[in-house]
Amino acid sequence: MPCPTVPGFLLATGGSIMSLEGVDLAVIVLYFVAVIGIGLYLKSHTKTGEDFFMAGREMTAWIAGLSFLAANLGSLELMGWAGAAYQYGILATHWYWVGAIPAMLFLGLVMMPFYYICKTHSVPGYLQLRYGENSRMLSAISFGFMTVLMSGINMFAMAKVMQVVLGWDLNFSIWISSLTVGAYVVLGGLLSAIFNEVLQFVLIWLGAMLVPIVGLIETGGWSGMVARIHSNPVVQSHINGQDFTHLWSTMGTFSGNPMGIHWTGIVFGLGWVISFGYWTTDFLVVQRVMSAKDLRSAKMAPIIGAAFKMFVPFIVILPGLLGLAVLPQLLVPENQRAAGLFTYNDVLPLMLARYLGPGLLGLGVTALIAGFMSGMAGNVTAFSTVWTYDIYKAVRKKEMSDDHLVKVGRWATIVGILISIGAAYLAMQFQSIMDYVQALFSFFIAPLFGTVIFGMMWKRATPAAGFWGLLTGTASSVVMWAWVKVDPTALHYIALSPNAKDMAENMYRALWSWCICAIVTIVVSYCTKPKPESELVGLVYGIGEIPHETALPLWKRPIFWAAVVIVVFFVLNLMVW
Amino acid sequence: MIHGRNMISIWFFIGVLVLLYGIIIFGWGMVSGGHSATGRAITLSELRTDLWMGGFMTIAGAFYTWKFAPKGKEK
Repeated sequence: MPCPTVPGFLLATGGSIMSLEGVDLAVIVLYFVAVIGIGLYLKSHTKTGEDFFMAGREMTAWIAGLSFLAANLGSLELMGWAGAAYQYGILATHWYWVGAIPAMLFLGLVMMPFYYICKTHSVPGYLQLRYGENSRMLSAISFGFMTVLMSGINMFAMAKVMQVVLGWDLNFSIWISSLTVGAYVVLGGLLSAIFNEVLQFVLIWLGAMLVPIVGLIETGGWSGMVARIHSNPVVQSHINGQDFTHLWSTMGTFSGNPMGIHWTGIVFGLGWVISFGYWTTDFLVVQRVMSAKDLRSAKMAPIIGAAFKMFVPFIVILPGLLGLAVLPQLLVPENQRAAGLFTYNDVLPLMLARYLGPGLLGLGVTALIAGFMSGMAGNVTAFSTVWTYDIYKAVRKKEMSDDHLVKVGRWATIVGILISIGAAYLAMQFQSIMDYVQALFSFFIAPLFGTVIFGMMWKRATPAAGFWGLLTGTASSVVMWAWVKVDPTALHYIALSPNAKDMAENMYRALWSWCICAIVTIVVSYCTKPKPESELVGLVYGIGEIPHETALPLWKRPIFWAAVVIVVFFVLNLMVW
Repeated sequence: MIHGRNMISIWFFIGVLVLLYGIIIFGWGMVSGGHSATGRAITLSELRTDLWMGGFMTIAGAFYTWKFAPKGKEK
């Protein structure tokens, strides 16, 4: 049968991992038509500021929960963690289980009532109510700046992946994907972003689920896969006798596992600070839950998200492990990329190309594109809201009409995307900045979590303490990062081991910066005057009534479903202990 | 479906897209016999995942399209 070929304007020079056929391209084009169509349809339903920035606060728990998860499921997340599974083995699963589930449940059960009851539009907005304008402005500016920068860096990384995987031209990938996201977000705001994220979530699963299923058939199940990892001659130099298929039993020492990390780093650095910081205070994901139609839905949304999150390793981590078992060539780190060599990050595309036939391969590539676009839409909607409410409106200090705010939000979306595109081209010129920007973003997460959690749980925390805790926590993180860059032997002090890899260093740096934020917040609180309790109603635990669901039957209560999720979480961990 | 607003459900859009994908993938699988026209080797192609997945998506997409189809005129 003759093969309809891919148009030449898509192609860059050089080889690629996959060769798409006409049917694959039809699947991809249909996806772009669908997301733009949804945006056009929702434009007529996006009339007010609440519609544009908060999706009308009318989302059901399921929609908000799936969108909450999809905004985090960027394609770099999919490919990056599949690559991490190839590099570090099953330890990468920690980022999906202990590094996500407890924090997501905590957000739903403990923190969401405060975010929701105070009716704020954003996390910086909560800081303004709790601590005052200084803390809000500090977090809004840092969040806005880093969000668009990260969006651009991810855009470049995605375009680079498309070049390597599909042979697509970098400029084509950057412009077509960002203009599509820009179009549907400008048209329908958060409402459109959320609708598309749910669609993208479904496509990600449909596009990626066949790889682990067929892979396990090929290897003869889990035990067959483990046996083939240990017998695959091409990966023995990479595995180096270490255990790649157990989650906790190798973490008693720093040197006993491929990541060079101790269980304390995973539990306290990742499971506490990084995870709680990201899932409970990063407005990119929290914004989706704030759009829920009532408090019960807002509490249920993260629990639903957690239930699905637990099973994402099936389509992300398992392909990485299967790659160790079945791929006939050894993958190398990104900095060793060369002609004829594939890197860790290529493992998911390689597995897609290995198992998926025409049409299905297009669906798999659509899953990667959908992942990228859901992540980018998350960035630009969060940026647009924070810019409009926490910077523009706060600086202007006057009442503004709803129409005006929506107009500002639409322009902020366009400008945010243009800055992202600019950042993508900047990254193209100076690729080393990608390493720095990833680290820079992590600087803000851990201290912000310290500031928010003390604000919610401790009525004595004062406005000055909130600001100085956030500032010193962030500054200390920057100093620790720079210290290791200047003097690599400092790794021994920051990460407690000279064997620590980048991820382990990130865990411990986050832990120390959170501790510094906490200490400064406590000390400054005792030296300064707190707000009167009357100003803290609905913002702090123990002040004012928080509605509960005790009148509902057990199976309708968030606490019941959170308990179910946590039991499954423990069972899964024990299965691969 | 979002709460309290007369709007087409997101599940309808998803149903239509999955249905179209199912028809395309299943139909192409029938025509091509599961082989790549570019000569790309597909491991375990004899499992005919294109037919299984395409068929599943067609049925699931058709169900969601029917179940969440707009009822009556929008406000």
